Amino acid sequence: MIRDITIGQYYPADSILHRLDPRTKLMGTLIFIISVFLFHTIPGYAVATIFLAALIKISKVPVKFIFKGLKAIFVILIITMLFNIFLTPGEVIWKLGFLKMTKEGISLAVRMAIRLIYLVIGSSLMTLTTTPNQLTDGLERGLRPLNRLHVPVHEISMMMSIALRFIPILLEETDKIMKAQIARGADFEDGNLLQKVKNMVPLLVPLFISAFRRANDLAMAMEARCYHGGEHRTQMKPLCYEKRDHVTYLILAAYLAVAITFRVVGI
Amino acid sequence: MSIELKNITYTYSPGTAYEIHALKDINLNIPDGQFIGVIGHTGSGKSTLIQHLNALIQPTSGTILYNGEDVWEEKYDRRSLRSQVGLVFQYPEHQLFESDVLSDVCFGPMNQGMSREEAEEEAKKALLQVGFKEKNFSKSPFELSGGQKKRVAIAGVLAMNPKILILDEPTAGLDPKGRDEILDQIAELHKVRGITIILVSHSMEDVAKYVERLIVVNHGEIAFDDTPRNVFTHYQELEAMGLAAPQITYIMHALKEKGLDVDPDATTVEEAGKDILRALQEAGSPLLKGGRKDD
Repeated sequence: MIRDITIGQYYPADSILHRLDPRTKLMGTLIFIISVFLFHTIPGYAVATIFLAALIKISKVPVKFIFKGLKAIFVILIITMLFNIFLTPGEVIWKLGFLKMTKEGISLAVRMAIRLIYLVIGSSLMTLTTTPNQLTDGLERGLRPLNRLHVPVHEISMMMSIALRFIPILLEETDKIMKAQIARGADFEDGNLLQKVKNMVPLLVPLFISAFRRANDLAMAMEARCYHGGEHRTQMKPLCYEKRDHVTYLILAAYLAVAITFRVVGI
Repeated sequence: MSIELKNITYTYSPGTAYEIHALKDINLNIPDGQFIGVIGHTGSGKSTLIQHLNALIQPTSGTILYNGEDVWEEKYDRRSLRSQVGLVFQYPEHQLFESDVLSDVCFGPMNQGMSREEAEEEAKKALLQVGFKEKNFSKSPFELSGGQKKRVAIAGVLAMNPKILILDEPTAGLDPKGRDEILDQIAELHKVRGITIILVSHSMEDVAKYVERLIVVNHGEIAFDDTPRNVFTHYQELEAMGLAAPQITYIMHALKEKGLDVDPDATTVEEAGKDILRALQEAGSPLLKGGRKDD
């Protein structure tokens, strides 16, 4: 049942994008997002599209997988577009009661939609090519300067990796408990909303108990191995930049420069 | 009244890189009233197999007949099937959720449509039958010991009055005393209620002691399906599958090799004990004449 859901959608493949340092990819995603907001004309979006298409090609991730991520934001996308189309003041094209469709509204809605879609594709490209562990490692190293401000960077990234690690375990557990309760005649499908919520109790209580028990066990196991937070901890696979990362940074800088130029010149 | 599996195949995540064939072309007939043991090493497919028996998972191909009716037919009432074929999962104590023991055991019967009073009656009967003390009925299931929790969970399924009871390693994580108690009570249930019992186990001693028919699952296929005695004569093949025969079988084989005329296929300690005494008597062994004093 639940086994078929895949979360933390990493797509294993052998591409340059997969081998890049996670910090580079994080920075790259950030720069791409900034660029999407800098561009605001058709030639600008064309540059972003070419850049994104090239990345998808290099990543060797099937296009189908990349567009899967868009399904989740479909509703949000429609709502934002409708709001923009009808609630932006400007030259009225069409009227229905108090709703006015404006020219400015349509152009804003299209731009907004492109930005949202590119944002999601850009960031899902990162998660598809980076394992969750690499991602948290990258975040930890990338955010290390914040340590000076007494932000517990190591602890935060540790929590993130544990949370990610627990998702498949808890999914499996849910599946098991669900089956056990179905074997006792529980019904998780029929009934109205209130009944459905009530029917979840036999699933949620054991699930929470099991999550707490697992958390407790894990804490105990970590203490038994003398785990203590960030300071002076070394890593099993320390991150280090290679030639391809330096090249990528150069490409990213060039891309950002183009985006800024476009904005300043106003193309 | 029987369950019949015809050419059952089950594949996890078909069509992906993670595809696993858990069951391959299984044919099985489970008539009424038997006490059946299922053994197989971890990942052999035995858990997948028993989940097919009460229609918790749908086979990739093949049919399952309960009393001659296809359980995966559109109109078939699978909920009523599940109350007739009770399944107790491994670590069933993880499924408890109510605030007191009695209410938790009532969950199953009430899902069958019983009133609270009727359900309580069934629950009490089931709890007493698994050896749970009446004074603990109103306790929270979470303050009980592991063995007691297990009893409550088994009672939770038993209270639904199933005609077939499947138990997936009911003794995992119990001490030897608790293990024997629970298995004795299960055997008692088999006798008193006359229901079919299917016991999944890792312990060869347990299955040898209790079951009348033993099914060995290996790599998603049924390797043996016979009486325990006959199955354990294949102990070398069992070892190749990562299983073993009861320890007593090895002792009997060793004795036979040393020249004592015993039956090497004895599967329980009691049986073997009698047989060794008989063989010694026949051989006129001095060991029977009072031991060391005569030495």
